[in-house]
Amino acid sequence: MSSISDLDKDGTGTTRQSFFSKEASIAQPGFSRWMVPPAALAVHLCIGQAYAFSVFNAPLSKVIGITQSAPDDWALTTLGWIFSLAIVCLGLAAAFAGRWLEKVGPRRTMFTAACCFGSGFLVSALGVWLHQIWLLYLGYGLLGGIGLGLGYVSPVSTLIRWFPDHRGMAAGMAIMGFGGGAMIAAPLSVYLMGHFKTASSVGVAETFVVMGVLYFISMTIGSLAIRVPPLDWKPAGWTPSVVENKMITREHVHIDEALKTPQFYLIWAVLFFNVTAGIGVLGQASVMIQESFKGSITAAAAAGFVGLLSLFNMGGRFIWASTSDVIGRKNTYFVFFLLGAVLYYLVPTFGASGNIVLFVAAYVVILSMYGGGFATVPAYLADIFGTAFVGGIHGRLLTAWAAAGIAGPVLVNYIRAYEVANGVAKADAYTMTLHIMVILLLLGFVCNLLVTRVDAKHHMQAA
Amino acid sequence: MIEGHPTNKPVMAIFWLYVLIPLAWGVFKTLTQAVKLFH
Repeated sequence: MSSISDLDKDGTGTTRQSFFSKEASIAQPGFSRWMVPPAALAVHLCIGQAYAFSVFNAPLSKVIGITQSAPDDWALTTLGWIFSLAIVCLGLAAAFAGRWLEKVGPRRTMFTAACCFGSGFLVSALGVWLHQIWLLYLGYGLLGGIGLGLGYVSPVSTLIRWFPDHRGMAAGMAIMGFGGGAMIAAPLSVYLMGHFKTASSVGVAETFVVMGVLYFISMTIGSLAIRVPPLDWKPAGWTPSVVENKMITREHVHIDEALKTPQFYLIWAVLFFNVTAGIGVLGQASVMIQESFKGSITAAAAAGFVGLLSLFNMGGRFIWASTSDVIGRKNTYFVFFLLGAVLYYLVPTFGASGNIVLFVAAYVVILSMYGGGFATVPAYLADIFGTAFVGGIHGRLLTAWAAAGIAGPVLVNYIRAYEVANGVAKADAYTMTLHIMVILLLLGFVCNLLVTRVDAKHHMQAA
Repeated sequence: MIEGHPTNKPVMAIFWLYVLIPLAWGVFKTLTQAVKLFH
């Protein structure tokens, strides 16, 4: 059914459908659903750049001094707020725009995300030229963050509707792109800054302009190619299992009603604990391996370790989410929490024994499950709440990511600092932190255990 | 539902390449960095 907001007046007293309306993006017969994953990836590979924003920190701290920081240059602590603000805005945009994105559909949402993310870079470029930090907060932080939130959620829920037979794999494909985006953005940013660098410029502003335009074009292509399936569409030859699966509903729960269910908060906690455990070590991986194997791991080797973690973070998103189609979402999270707890418990032992291979192996598995947690949760939500409002519900659940983004690094950094201040050797200082992660994962296990099907009173009634 | 056109397979293949080639490049660059861990 059309809504007023999706119809544009044509000046003749009648109305016509906008190209960006939900109705105009409904797929016609003959459309292949395999066009949708690259459309989603075209967006996620762009917004995944957020994970690589730190490559700009050092050059941005030398905009005036060029070769070294001048007294008027921005401090790293000042610059750190750009990324933090972007992540907060990601969570808020995804949470508060939930109803809107379900109403207007993925094409308009993804195009809005393209406009926000692309223009965020351009405003930030202006901020670098004028050396006004508030323009970077406004540009990348606020506008870019809104683009991140809208661009993250919308393609995922669309893919889930196209692949009812492989919900996990579908979400995994898109969210894998978010992990992979940083792998493209980091070397691309370094190359562009090197290309534009002159005696009077660090090349960041020019790089922001190029990346803003590139990302706007790529995300717009994704938004133009995206299609939503017709109502009650099913893949050819596929019929839902006649065997009742108590963890997969055929009903739908309204986005606002979902917030009244314990299941929403339990899955929120499941995501929170899984992300907290992973994000805490992700930011400290380089320092952690160098301190655990002092003398045998160089800074270059530690950077290689971080690269390896990124690869498994990305790969885990597709592999674990696809695995959840076979073993179920709940069982997948059981694996994350149990195997994760065992590995976190053993990591200090591997470090103390000097076994780098086991140390690295444990961490890459942990990081694969960190990525897997992000990628499996949309399908988990679709199973529990139905697909009608899964995008909006997913958006609101992402506040768990924002909360974990604060809790994880705080836990790791502060506990480590406390330990070191109390005379614990740096190499041993992570043991307590990792054991606290074990407790968090066991709490996540309990929350996951408590997830059951939603009470029928929350289901939407057929019209 | 109105009459539609089947998806053009070569266009779909090009669209996949459009996203997979940059991703493969990023993975390759990351792998070359990761190799340093084993040296």
